[in-house]
Amino acid sequence: MVEQVAHMMVHGEAWTVKELFVLPNEYVYWSIQIVLYPYMTGLVAGAFVLSSLYHVFGVEKLKEIARFALVFSFALLPVAMMPLLLHLQQPFRGIHVMMTPHFTSAISAFGIVFMTYACIVGSEIWFVYRQFIVESINRLEKKERRGIENMLLPIYKVVSLGARDLSPEALKADHKAVKFLAGLGIPVACFLHGYAGFIFGSVKANALWMTPLMPVIFIMSAVVSGIALCILCYAIFMGLRRWALPRGKTHFLPDHWAGATELTPEGLHSMQDYETKMTSKYLLIFMTLAITLELLDIIFRGYTAVRSWDIVREVIYQRDFFKIFVLQYGFGNALPFIMLLLPGLTTRRACVACVLVLFGVLMMRWNVVIGGQAFSLTFDGFMEYHLPIIPYDMETFKEGLGGALLVAVTPFVIFYFINMIFPAFITDDKAH
Amino acid sequence: MKRRDFLKSTAVFVAGASVSLSALELVDPKEVLASRPELRWGFLVDTHKCVGCGMCVKACKLENDIPYDANVTRTWVERYAMMKNGEVIKDSPKGARDGFTSKLVDQGEAGTRLLRDKDIAQAFFVPKLCNHCTLPACVQVCPVGATYKTADGVVLVDRKWCIGCGYCIMGCPYGVRFFHPVVHTADKCTFCYHRISKGGNTACAQACPFGARTIGNLRDPNDPVAKAVLNERVGILRAEYGTKPNVYYIGLNKEVH
Ligand code: SF4
Ligand code: SF4
Repeated sequence: MVEQVAHMMVHGEAWTVKELFVLPNEYVYWSIQIVLYPYMTGLVAGAFVLSSLYHVFGVEKLKEIARFALVFSFALLPVAMMPLLLHLQQPFRGIHVMMTPHFTSAISAFGIVFMTYACIVGSEIWFVYRQFIVESINRLEKKERRGIENMLLPIYKVVSLGARDLSPEALKADHKAVKFLAGLGIPVACFLHGYAGFIFGSVKANALWMTPLMPVIFIMSAVVSGIALCILCYAIFMGLRRWALPRGKTHFLPDHWAGATELTPEGLHSMQDYETKMTSKYLLIFMTLAITLELLDIIFRGYTAVRSWDIVREVIYQRDFFKIFVLQYGFGNALPFIMLLLPGLTTRRACVACVLVLFGVLMMRWNVVIGGQAFSLTFDGFMEYHLPIIPYDMETFKEGLGGALLVAVTPFVIFYFINMIFPAFITDDKAH
Repeated sequence: MKRRDFLKSTAVFVAGASVSLSALELVDPKEVLASRPELRWGFLVDTHKCVGCGMCVKACKLENDIPYDANVTRTWVERYAMMKNGEVIKDSPKGARDGFTSKLVDQGEAGTRLLRDKDIAQAFFVPKLCNHCTLPACVQVCPVGATYKTADGVVLVDRKWCIGCGYCIMGCPYGVRFFHPVVHTADKCTFCYHRISKGGNTACAQACPFGARTIGNLRDPNDPVAKAVLNERVGILRAEYGTKPNVYYIGLNKEVH
């Protein structure tokens, strides 16, 4: 017999406020972590697509940011998994998805798709950096090593997997492999993320989620957010490097100890400007696509006006109006769109626009995930989600502001370390 | 190899392969073991008989170890009040665990609302529970197969295997699922599988003083539930989702879904 407690909180109760007729078991079960899950996979996929634009289609202009995007995408990768685990009621059983995948479920293949994608990104990085790694081994072996270099050498040795051939043929093969993997990566990245969209779009019980457009909308907004994040971080990290260079803070300049000597503040500055502006153009293209699709979805719902439309309309146009039309479309789409279009784009303006874009995409995820649970299955009641800010137990931490921040910060921590091994900003031709 | 030979051998190979593959299909052991042609559990709710006393909800909570005060429940009763001005008012406070004893309607955050007799055109109660759907959305979406359908048509959750992702809760169009506050896995009505498979009755049906709930075998022509489903005008809930529920209702109307 289960012990009887005076009042026992059930999952979801802590942050759900019900209004009018809501079924007794209905709560906002999918909360902030499930908002972050598509957001994070979106960033991963988007960053990767950006890097592939250079590798596959040879968009030379994107060369510098492409390498950064690739490494950053790798750093984001483990984090795409985090929200899912944090959200599970039985996190230690997460591995069951790999053990008994039940393939009629859209989530079941997540492990497989995710692993495939991880392998592609991992091996692409390896090929991109192989020459660099081998040269670093050779260089570090010869010179007297100090501090971190002592650690780097064995790491490089392991990472090189013993493939130290630097003959022109071998390098050519590397090039080919990179191109192939980047090409393969695009559909897989789109799949990874379109698939996240499918997880929602296929829930027939949810009137707001169920639309075949969901995966496509997700892919577009993923690319948008990924590119925006790359532009932003690229600019910030370049700024950081510009700050670190004259002060000799080599921890922020791993390529410095990797032998890149021709770094000058001016050089960094012009590169930063150029890359940011170039990439912004691509951002605009994908933003247009994303907005078009999202509007199509709303218009279509209004026009077909099936039974659920009454309540969905009330959610969209009344209860969530501010979140959808002001925060998401206004601040997250329209404003940055104009900022990016206006002539004389500066890095700073691009960065502000990117922050807004990132915010807009986050709001879009929020409005889909939380908005989809804002109304009852009865179509006669509403549920409101209150993000737990100050946690008082594990659950309100995991599915509250704390957990969200944890997920947001982790990729940067990971990037900091990965960047030491695979310097994302290396500029000479040691890497592709 | 000549072209003709090649085509010939290819044809032979394809034909042979498809024969053997179809043989595999024919004797899929799961199918053979899974079907129990003589038994399929079904449930009948006669809404005319329900008075909203909530005995079933209480009994279910106690029988199935759902913490009594937790705000989740495997079965619940909804109250419908159709007003003369056309308004339809519905509620189910605490799943009607304590019965409907007043004309105060619970509207959550919006407070309560007192209904006046003279404004009410008609009012009735509708008990709800898992529909043990023939094509259950919850089973379809479970990523690890922890939610499954038994050979006799009951949908169950494996508490030892459920990872607690909540996808089934989202996937069920009837809102019957929740997370068990103690076990922390998905939970819902089992038709009291532990009782019915030993020849017993479900706790709710047993507790109902008015016989509004009956469990039965839809495949047995002499079973009262099967007979009612066959001979009376019964309805199901939310047919538009295509899950093919196995809980049948007598006395549904358009306001209920
Ligand atoms: S009513 Fe819901 S939980 Fe029950 S079988 Fe159908 S889909 Fe599954
Ligand atoms: S919560 Fe449990 S039973 Fe439900 S879909 Fe997830 S793993 Fe399956």
